[in-house]
Amino acid sequence: MEILPTSGKALDAEVERAVAACYQCGKCSAGCPMAEAMDLLPNRLLRLVQLGRIDKAAAAEAPWLCVSCQTCTTRCPQSVDCAAVLDALRQIAVGRGLVPRRQQRTLLFQQAFLESIRRYGRVHEVELIGRFKTRALLGDLNVPLFFKDALLAPRLYRRGKLHLTGETVRDRDLVARIFARCRAEPETT
Amino acid sequence: MEIGYYPGCALHGSSNDYETSVRACLSALDVGLKELDDWLCCGASAAHSLNHKLSVALPARNLALAERDGMAELLAPCPMCSGALLRAKAALHGDARLREEMGEIIELPVAGSAEVLNLVQIFERAGIERIRERAVRTLEDYRPACYYGCLLTRPPQTTRFDDCEQPRSMESLLSALGAEPVDWAFRTECCGAGMTVAREETVLELAHRILSDAAARGANCLVVACPMCHVNLDMKQADVARRFAVNHQMIVYYLSDLVGLALGLSPEALGVDRHFVVR
Repeated sequence: MEILPTSGKALDAEVERAVAACYQCGKCSAGCPMAEAMDLLPNRLLRLVQLGRIDKAAAAEAPWLCVSCQTCTTRCPQSVDCAAVLDALRQIAVGRGLVPRRQQRTLLFQQAFLESIRRYGRVHEVELIGRFKTRALLGDLNVPLFFKDALLAPRLYRRGKLHLTGETVRDRDLVARIFARCRAEPETT
Repeated sequence: MEIGYYPGCALHGSSNDYETSVRACLSALDVGLKELDDWLCCGASAAHSLNHKLSVALPARNLALAERDGMAELLAPCPMCSGALLRAKAALHGDARLREEMGEIIELPVAGSAEVLNLVQIFERAGIERIRERAVRTLEDYRPACYYGCLLTRPPQTTRFDDCEQPRSMESLLSALGAEPVDWAFRTECCGAGMTVAREETVLELAHRILSDAAARGANCLVVACPMCHVNLDMKQADVARRFAVNHQMIVYYLSDLVGLALGLSPEALGVDRHFVVR
Protein backbone atom coordinates (compact mmCIF):
# COMPACT_ATOMS: atom_id res chain seq x y z
CA MET A 1 0.00 0.00 0.00
CA GLU A 2 1.40 3.39 -0.84
CA ILE A 3 1.61 6.20 1.65
CA LEU A 4 -1.65 6.98 3.36
CA PRO A 5 -3.04 10.24 4.58
CA THR A 6 -3.10 9.72 8.32
CA SER A 7 -6.79 10.47 8.84
CA GLY A 8 -9.98 11.78 7.32
CA LYS A 9 -12.15 10.70 4.40
CA ALA A 10 -9.13 10.46 2.12
CA LEU A 11 -7.93 7.59 4.28
CA ASP A 12 -11.34 5.90 3.93
CA ALA A 13 -10.98 6.08 0.16
CA GLU A 14 -7.45 4.61 0.30
CA VAL A 15 -8.62 1.73 2.46
CA GLU A 16 -11.64 1.03 0.24
CA ARG A 17 -9.34 0.93 -2.77
CA ALA A 18 -6.91 -1.36 -0.94
CA VAL A 19 -9.56 -4.03 -0.25
CA ALA A 20 -11.37 -3.83 -3.60
CA ALA A 21 -9.75 -7.01 -4.93
CA CYS A 22 -10.73 -9.21 -1.95
CA TYR A 23 -12.98 -12.12 -3.04
CA GLN A 24 -13.50 -13.53 0.45
CA CYS A 25 -11.49 -16.73 0.23
CA GLY A 26 -10.76 -16.43 3.96
CA LYS A 27 -7.07 -17.30 3.77
CA CYS A 28 -6.19 -14.25 5.88
CA SER A 29 -8.36 -15.48 8.73
CA ALA A 30 -7.28 -19.13 8.33
CA GLY A 31 -3.63 -18.26 8.93
CA CYS A 32 -4.14 -15.60 11.58
CA PRO A 33 -2.56 -16.58 14.93
CA MET A 34 -5.01 -14.30 16.77
CA ALA A 35 -8.19 -15.37 14.93
CA GLU A 36 -9.67 -17.31 17.83
CA ALA A 37 -9.55 -14.21 20.05
CA MET A 38 -11.04 -11.82 17.47
CA ASP A 39 -14.60 -10.53 17.50
CA LEU A 40 -14.55 -10.05 13.73
CA LEU A 41 -12.19 -12.10 11.57
CA PRO A 42 -9.87 -10.29 9.14
CA ASN A 43 -11.86 -11.33 6.04
CA ARG A 44 -15.04 -9.94 7.64
CA LEU A 45 -13.30 -6.66 8.42
CA LEU A 46 -12.33 -6.42 4.76
CA ARG A 47 -15.91 -7.20 3.69
CA LEU A 48 -17.26 -4.45 5.96
CA VAL A 49 -14.88 -2.00 4.32
CA GLN A 50 -16.02 -3.15 0.87
CA LEU A 51 -19.61 -2.49 1.96
CA GLY A 52 -18.70 1.02 3.05
CA ARG A 53 -19.02 0.29 6.76
CA ILE A 54 -15.55 1.39 7.70
CA ASP A 55 -16.56 2.77 11.10
CA LYS A 56 -17.99 -0.60 12.13
CA ALA A 57 -14.76 -2.33 11.10
CA ALA A 58 -12.67 0.31 12.87
CA ALA A 59 -14.70 -0.01 16.07
CA ALA A 60 -13.98 -3.76 16.33
CA GLU A 61 -11.55 -5.22 18.83
CA ALA A 62 -9.84 -7.31 16.15
CA PRO A 63 -7.48 -4.66 14.74
CA TRP A 64 -5.99 -4.22 18.24
CA LEU A 65 -5.51 -7.96 18.67
CA CYS A 66 -3.52 -8.14 15.43
CA VAL A 67 0.18 -8.78 16.15
CA SER A 68 1.28 -7.53 12.70
CA CYS A 69 2.85 -10.88 11.78
CA GLN A 70 2.13 -10.26 8.07
CA THR A 71 0.80 -13.80 7.49
CA CYS A 72 -2.46 -12.49 5.97
CA THR A 73 -0.62 -10.12 3.63
CA THR A 74 1.82 -12.88 2.66
CA ARG A 75 -0.87 -15.43 1.79
CA CYS A 76 -3.48 -13.25 0.08
CA PRO A 77 -4.00 -14.59 -3.47
CA GLN A 78 -5.27 -11.15 -4.51
CA SER A 79 -2.28 -9.26 -3.06
CA VAL A 80 -4.42 -7.31 -0.63
CA ASP A 81 -2.14 -5.90 2.07
CA CYS A 82 -4.46 -7.01 4.85
CA ALA A 83 -2.03 -6.15 7.68
CA ALA A 84 -1.75 -2.58 6.35
CA VAL A 85 -5.55 -2.36 6.20
CA LEU A 86 -5.70 -3.28 9.89
CA ASP A 87 -3.09 -0.59 10.59
CA ALA A 88 -5.32 1.91 8.78
CA LEU A 89 -8.38 0.75 10.75
CA ARG A 90 -6.48 1.40 13.98
CA GLN A 91 -5.63 4.91 12.80
CA ILE A 92 -9.25 5.56 11.83
CA ALA A 93 -10.42 4.26 15.22
CA VAL A 94 -8.05 6.59 17.06
CA GLY A 95 -9.06 9.60 14.94
CA ARG A 96 -12.78 8.98 15.50
CA GLY A 97 -12.67 7.86 19.12
CA LEU A 98 -13.78 4.32 18.25
CA VAL A 99 -11.12 2.31 20.12
CA PRO A 100 -12.94 -0.28 22.25
CA ARG A 101 -12.32 0.19 25.95
CA ARG A 102 -10.84 -3.28 26.43
CA GLN A 103 -8.20 -2.57 23.80
CA GLN A 104 -7.17 0.88 24.94
CA ARG A 105 -4.16 -0.44 26.83
CA THR A 106 -2.54 -1.44 23.52
CA LEU A 107 -3.15 2.08 22.24
CA LEU A 108 -1.73 3.56 25.46
CA PHE A 109 1.39 1.43 25.13
CA GLN A 110 1.94 2.36 21.52
CA GLN A 111 1.35 6.05 22.26
CA ALA A 112 3.88 5.90 25.11
CA PHE A 113 6.31 4.17 22.72
CA LEU A 114 5.99 6.97 20.15
CA GLU A 115 6.26 9.56 22.93
CA SER A 116 9.61 8.06 23.95
CA ILE A 117 10.89 8.27 20.37
CA ARG A 118 9.65 11.85 20.04
CA ARG A 119 11.46 12.90 23.21
CA TYR A 120 14.72 11.01 22.82
CA GLY A 121 14.89 9.67 19.26
CA ARG A 122 15.15 6.20 20.79
CA VAL A 123 13.10 4.10 23.18
CA HIS A 124 13.78 4.46 26.89
CA GLU A 125 12.45 1.16 28.18
CA VAL A 126 12.06 1.90 31.89
CA GLU A 127 10.36 5.25 31.33
CA LEU A 128 8.15 3.74 28.62
CA ILE A 129 6.90 0.97 30.89
CA GLY A 130 6.45 3.38 33.81
CA ARG A 131 4.47 5.81 31.67
CA PHE A 132 2.33 3.04 30.21
CA LYS A 133 1.53 1.45 33.55
CA THR A 134 0.73 4.78 35.19
CA ARG A 135 -1.68 5.77 32.44
CA ALA A 136 -3.26 2.31 32.41
CA LEU A 137 -3.71 2.53 36.18
CA LEU A 138 -5.28 5.99 35.97
CA GLY A 139 -7.56 4.73 33.21
CA ASP A 140 -8.46 1.63 35.24
CA LEU A 141 -7.52 -0.57 32.30
CA ASN A 142 -6.80 -3.85 34.07
CA VAL A 143 -3.07 -4.11 33.49
CA PRO A 144 -0.84 -6.13 35.85
CA LEU A 145 0.72 -3.50 38.02
CA PHE A 146 4.10 -2.28 38.98
CA PHE A 147 5.03 -4.99 41.44
CA LYS A 148 5.07 -7.56 38.67
CA ASP A 149 7.73 -5.65 36.75
CA ALA A 150 9.47 -4.70 39.98
CA LEU A 151 10.08 -8.42 40.41
CA LEU A 152 11.63 -8.57 36.94
CA ALA A 153 13.85 -5.53 37.44
CA PRO A 154 16.53 -7.14 39.67
CA ARG A 155 16.69 -10.15 37.34
CA LEU A 156 17.31 -7.80 34.41
CA TYR A 157 19.81 -5.82 36.46
CA ARG A 158 21.86 -8.90 37.32
CA ARG A 159 22.15 -9.64 33.62
CA GLY A 160 23.24 -6.11 32.77
CA LYS A 161 20.01 -5.59 30.84
CA LEU A 162 18.39 -2.84 32.91
CA HIS A 163 19.11 0.73 31.87
CA LEU A 164 17.41 3.33 34.05
CA THR A 165 17.89 5.91 31.34
CA GLY A 166 18.18 5.10 27.70
CA GLU A 167 20.16 6.56 24.83
CA THR A 168 19.32 9.95 23.41
CA VAL A 169 20.14 11.15 19.91
CA ARG A 170 22.20 14.31 19.49
CA ASP A 171 19.66 16.11 17.31
CA ARG A 172 16.49 15.93 19.41
CA ASP A 173 15.02 19.02 17.78
CA LEU A 174 15.13 17.31 14.41
CA VAL A 175 13.15 14.38 15.82
CA ALA A 176 10.51 16.77 17.15
CA ARG A 177 10.30 18.43 13.72
CA ILE A 178 9.88 15.05 11.98
CA PHE A 179 7.05 14.18 14.37
CA ALA A 180 5.39 17.56 13.85
CA ARG A 181 5.49 17.12 10.06
CA CYS A 182 3.96 13.64 10.34
CA ARG A 183 1.18 14.64 12.74
CA ALA A 184 -2.28 13.43 11.74
CA GLU A 185 -4.62 16.11 10.51
CA PRO A 186 -7.61 16.48 12.83
CA GLU A 187 -10.83 14.77 11.75
CA THR A 188 -13.25 17.12 10.07
CA THR A 189 -16.25 14.81 10.04
CA MET B 1 35.02 -6.61 5.28
CA GLU B 2 33.28 -3.69 7.00
CA ILE B 3 29.57 -2.99 6.79
CA GLY B 4 27.16 -0.42 8.14
CA TYR B 5 25.38 -1.36 11.34
CA TYR B 6 21.93 -0.32 12.57
CA PRO B 7 21.58 -1.77 16.10
CA GLY B 8 18.10 -0.44 16.91
CA CYS B 9 16.78 0.26 20.41
CA ALA B 10 16.42 -3.33 21.61
CA LEU B 11 20.08 -4.23 21.02
CA HIS B 12 21.11 -1.13 22.98
CA GLY B 13 18.53 -1.87 25.68
CA SER B 14 17.40 -5.05 27.38
CA SER B 15 18.50 -7.23 24.44
CA ASN B 16 22.13 -6.12 24.69
CA ASP B 17 23.16 -9.77 24.97
CA TYR B 18 22.19 -10.02 21.29
CA GLU B 19 24.54 -7.18 20.40
CA THR B 20 27.34 -8.80 22.43
CA SER B 21 26.77 -12.00 20.50
CA VAL B 22 26.59 -10.40 17.04
CA ARG B 23 29.69 -8.29 17.62
CA ALA B 24 31.79 -11.14 19.05
CA CYS B 25 30.76 -13.58 16.36
CA LEU B 26 31.24 -11.23 13.41
CA SER B 27 34.55 -10.01 14.81
CA ALA B 28 35.76 -13.63 14.81
CA LEU B 29 34.80 -13.73 11.13
CA ASP B 30 36.69 -10.47 10.42
CA VAL B 31 33.46 -8.62 9.67
CA GLY B 32 33.78 -5.08 11.03
CA LEU B 33 30.70 -3.09 12.00
CA LYS B 34 30.47 0.66 11.51
CA GLU B 35 27.52 1.95 13.53
CA LEU B 36 25.21 4.39 11.76
CA ASP B 37 25.82 7.85 13.23
CA ASP B 38 22.99 9.31 15.33
CA TRP B 39 20.43 6.77 14.12
CA LEU B 40 16.77 7.06 15.13
CA CYS B 41 14.39 4.37 16.35
CA CYS B 42 12.65 2.69 13.37
CA GLY B 43 9.23 3.33 14.96
CA ALA B 44 8.45 -0.40 15.28
CA SER B 45 4.81 -1.55 15.55
CA ALA B 46 3.76 1.65 17.28
CA ALA B 47 4.51 3.78 14.24
CA HIS B 48 2.89 1.58 11.61
CA SER B 49 -0.12 1.03 13.86
CA LEU B 50 -0.74 4.68 14.67
CA ASN B 51 0.93 6.88 12.08
CA HIS B 52 1.72 5.58 8.62
CA LYS B 53 3.70 8.61 7.55
CA LEU B 54 5.93 8.36 10.60
CA SER B 55 6.47 4.66 9.93
CA VAL B 56 8.07 5.63 6.62
CA ALA B 57 9.81 8.82 7.81
CA LEU B 58 11.76 7.31 10.73
CA PRO B 59 13.39 4.48 8.75
CA ALA B 60 13.79 6.84 5.77
CA ARG B 61 15.93 9.11 7.95
CA ASN B 62 18.17 6.13 8.77
CA LEU B 63 18.41 5.14 5.11
CA ALA B 64 19.33 8.74 4.29
CA LEU B 65 22.06 8.75 6.96
CA ALA B 66 23.51 5.55 5.46
CA GLU B 67 23.52 7.13 1.99
CA ARG B 68 25.09 10.33 3.30
CA ASP B 69 27.87 8.35 4.98
CA GLY B 70 28.49 6.15 1.95
CA MET B 71 27.24 2.90 3.47
CA ALA B 72 26.13 0.57 0.69
CA GLU B 73 25.03 -2.14 3.13
CA LEU B 74 23.33 -1.91 6.49
CA LEU B 75 23.09 -4.82 8.91
CA ALA B 76 19.94 -4.67 11.06
CA PRO B 77 19.98 -7.75 13.35
CA CYS B 78 16.44 -6.98 14.58
CA PRO B 79 13.83 -8.07 12.00
CA MET B 80 11.43 -5.36 13.21
CA CYS B 81 14.09 -2.79 12.28
CA SER B 82 15.11 -4.48 9.04
CA GLY B 83 11.43 -4.86 8.12
CA ALA B 84 10.79 -1.16 8.73
CA LEU B 85 13.86 -0.17 6.71
CA LEU B 86 12.87 -2.51 3.87
CA ARG B 87 9.26 -1.25 3.85
CA ALA B 88 10.50 2.32 3.63
CA LYS B 89 12.89 1.36 0.83
CA ALA B 90 10.06 -0.31 -1.10
CA ALA B 91 7.82 2.73 -0.65
CA LEU B 92 10.56 5.13 -1.78
CA HIS B 93 11.52 3.14 -4.87
CA GLY B 94 9.68 4.24 -7.95
CA ASP B 95 7.86 7.07 -6.16
CA ALA B 96 9.66 10.35 -6.85
CA ARG B 97 6.91 12.36 -5.16
CA LEU B 98 7.29 10.37 -1.93
CA ARG B 99 11.10 10.68 -2.04
CA GLU B 100 10.71 14.43 -2.33
CA GLU B 101 8.13 14.63 0.47
CA MET B 102 10.23 12.44 2.76
CA GLY B 103 13.38 14.40 1.97
CA GLU B 104 11.64 17.52 3.27
CA ILE B 105 10.28 15.78 6.37
CA ILE B 106 13.60 14.20 7.40
CA GLU B 107 15.79 17.10 6.18
CA LEU B 108 18.04 14.88 4.08
CA PRO B 109 17.73 13.67 0.51
CA VAL B 110 16.81 9.99 0.42
CA ALA B 111 16.79 7.44 -2.41
CA GLY B 112 16.58 4.28 -0.31
CA SER B 113 19.60 2.78 -2.04
CA ALA B 114 21.36 1.15 0.93
CA GLU B 115 20.98 -2.61 0.98
CA VAL B 116 19.44 -3.82 4.24
CA LEU B 117 20.66 -7.18 5.53
CA ASN B 118 19.46 -9.43 8.35
CA LEU B 119 21.82 -11.54 10.46
CA VAL B 120 21.40 -14.71 8.39
CA GLN B 121 22.30 -12.79 5.25
CA ILE B 122 25.53 -11.53 6.85
CA PHE B 123 26.57 -15.11 7.51
CA GLU B 124 25.68 -16.03 3.94
CA ARG B 125 27.71 -13.04 2.77
CA ALA B 126 30.68 -14.17 4.89
CA GLY B 127 30.31 -17.59 3.28
CA ILE B 128 29.05 -20.78 4.92
CA GLU B 129 32.03 -22.72 3.56
CA ARG B 130 34.41 -20.17 5.03
CA ILE B 131 32.66 -20.27 8.41
CA ARG B 132 32.91 -24.07 8.40
CA GLU B 133 36.63 -23.90 7.65
CA ARG B 134 37.13 -21.58 10.61
CA ALA B 135 35.05 -23.66 13.03
CA VAL B 136 37.11 -25.27 15.76
CA ARG B 137 34.37 -27.36 17.31
CA THR B 138 31.36 -29.22 15.99
CA LEU B 139 27.78 -28.46 17.05
CA GLU B 140 26.89 -32.18 16.99
CA ASP B 141 25.30 -32.04 20.47
CA TYR B 142 22.81 -29.44 19.32
CA ARG B 143 19.37 -30.34 17.97
CA PRO B 144 18.03 -26.83 17.41
CA ALA B 145 14.50 -25.86 16.45
CA CYS B 146 15.26 -22.98 14.09
CA TYR B 147 12.65 -20.30 14.69
CA TYR B 148 12.20 -17.61 12.03
CA GLY B 149 9.11 -15.94 13.46
CA CYS B 150 7.29 -13.37 11.38
CA LEU B 151 9.36 -10.56 10.08
CA LEU B 152 12.56 -12.25 8.96
CA THR B 153 10.73 -13.65 5.93
CA ARG B 154 7.44 -11.72 5.76
CA PRO B 155 6.04 -10.16 3.73
CA PRO B 156 8.18 -11.82 1.04
CA GLN B 157 7.75 -9.06 -1.55
CA THR B 158 9.46 -6.74 0.96
CA THR B 159 12.01 -9.02 2.64
CA ARG B 160 13.06 -10.97 -0.49
CA PHE B 161 14.71 -13.49 1.80
CA ASP B 162 14.50 -17.29 1.87
CA ASP B 163 11.15 -19.11 1.46
CA CYS B 164 8.44 -17.43 3.53
CA GLU B 165 6.57 -20.67 4.27
CA GLN B 166 9.45 -23.19 4.37
CA PRO B 167 12.64 -21.26 5.15
CA ARG B 168 15.85 -23.30 5.34
CA SER B 169 18.66 -20.76 5.65
CA MET B 170 19.30 -21.18 9.39
CA GLU B 171 19.11 -24.98 9.11
CA SER B 172 21.61 -24.93 6.22
CA LEU B 173 24.09 -22.84 8.17
CA LEU B 174 23.83 -24.84 11.41
CA SER B 175 23.87 -28.21 9.62
CA ALA B 176 27.13 -27.19 7.97
CA LEU B 177 28.54 -26.71 11.48
CA GLY B 178 27.47 -30.17 12.64
CA ALA B 179 24.15 -29.40 14.33
CA GLU B 180 21.08 -31.55 13.69
CA PRO B 181 18.13 -29.17 13.29
CA VAL B 182 14.73 -30.76 13.94
CA ASP B 183 11.70 -30.63 11.68
CA TRP B 184 8.89 -28.83 13.40
CA ALA B 185 5.68 -26.96 12.69
CA PHE B 186 6.06 -23.51 14.25
CA ARG B 187 9.10 -22.12 12.43
CA THR B 188 7.24 -19.16 10.97
CA GLU B 189 4.45 -18.73 13.52
CA CYS B 190 4.34 -15.51 15.51
CA CYS B 191 5.47 -15.18 19.16
CA GLY B 192 3.51 -11.96 19.73
CA ALA B 193 6.49 -9.73 19.00
CA GLY B 194 6.18 -6.28 20.59
CA MET B 195 3.01 -7.15 22.54
CA THR B 196 5.07 -8.40 25.51
CA VAL B 197 4.15 -5.48 27.75
CA ALA B 198 0.78 -4.36 26.43
CA ARG B 199 -0.79 -7.81 26.13
CA GLU B 200 1.27 -10.33 28.05
CA GLU B 201 -1.41 -13.05 27.90
CA THR B 202 -1.21 -13.09 24.10
CA VAL B 203 2.55 -13.55 24.16
CA LEU B 204 2.39 -16.32 26.76
CA GLU B 205 -0.17 -18.27 24.73
CA LEU B 206 1.81 -17.99 21.48
CA ALA B 207 5.15 -18.71 23.16
CA HIS B 208 3.65 -21.76 24.86
CA ARG B 209 2.59 -23.24 21.50
CA ILE B 210 6.04 -22.63 20.01
CA LEU B 211 7.98 -24.05 22.97
CA SER B 212 5.68 -27.07 23.22
CA ASP B 213 6.04 -28.04 19.57
CA ALA B 214 9.82 -27.60 19.64
CA ALA B 215 10.02 -29.87 22.71
CA ALA B 216 7.66 -32.45 21.20
CA ARG B 217 9.82 -32.68 18.07
CA GLY B 218 12.93 -33.46 20.11
CA ALA B 219 14.69 -30.11 19.98
CA ASN B 220 17.17 -29.44 22.80
CA CYS B 221 17.34 -25.72 22.05
CA LEU B 222 15.66 -22.97 20.05
CA VAL B 223 17.55 -20.67 17.71
CA VAL B 224 16.31 -17.17 16.87
CA ALA B 225 17.58 -14.13 14.98
CA CYS B 226 15.33 -11.55 16.62
CA PRO B 227 15.45 -9.73 19.98
CA MET B 228 11.67 -9.86 20.47
CA CYS B 229 11.53 -13.60 19.79
CA HIS B 230 14.25 -13.99 22.41
CA VAL B 231 12.42 -11.91 25.02
CA ASN B 232 9.16 -13.77 24.49
CA LEU B 233 10.67 -17.26 24.43
CA ASP B 234 13.55 -16.85 26.91
CA MET B 235 12.68 -14.07 29.37
CA LYS B 236 8.99 -14.98 29.44
CA GLN B 237 9.59 -18.74 29.61
CA ALA B 238 9.24 -18.77 33.42
CA ASP B 239 5.86 -17.03 33.04
CA VAL B 240 4.83 -19.57 30.40
CA ALA B 241 5.83 -22.33 32.84
CA ARG B 242 3.67 -20.82 35.59
CA ARG B 243 0.68 -20.14 33.34
CA PHE B 244 0.61 -23.54 31.62
CA ALA B 245 2.24 -25.69 34.30
CA VAL B 246 4.89 -27.01 31.94
CA ASN B 247 8.56 -26.27 32.45
CA HIS B 248 10.43 -26.73 29.18
CA GLN B 249 13.80 -25.34 30.33
CA MET B 250 14.42 -24.76 26.63
CA ILE B 251 17.58 -22.75 26.02
CA VAL B 252 17.03 -20.06 23.41
CA TYR B 253 20.14 -19.13 21.44
CA TYR B 254 20.63 -16.29 19.05
CA LEU B 255 21.91 -17.62 15.74
CA SER B 256 25.21 -15.81 16.36
CA ASP B 257 25.57 -17.68 19.68
CA LEU B 258 25.75 -21.08 17.99
CA VAL B 259 27.96 -19.87 15.13
CA GLY B 260 30.21 -18.20 17.72
CA LEU B 261 30.43 -21.35 19.84
CA ALA B 262 31.45 -23.31 16.73
CA LEU B 263 34.13 -20.69 16.08
CA GLY B 264 35.54 -21.38 19.55
CA LEU B 265 34.15 -18.35 21.43
CA SER B 266 33.13 -18.85 25.05
CA PRO B 267 29.47 -18.59 26.15
CA GLU B 268 30.46 -15.57 28.25
CA ALA B 269 32.07 -13.79 25.31
CA LEU B 270 28.77 -14.28 23.44
CA GLY B 271 26.57 -13.16 26.35
CA VAL B 272 24.91 -16.58 26.60
CA ASP B 273 25.34 -16.49 30.39
CA ARG B 274 23.05 -13.45 30.46
CA HIS B 275 20.04 -15.30 29.07
CA PHE B 276 17.23 -16.19 31.48
CA VAL B 277 17.16 -19.90 30.70
CA VAL B 278 20.70 -21.23 30.98
CA ARG B 279 22.20 -24.69 30.91
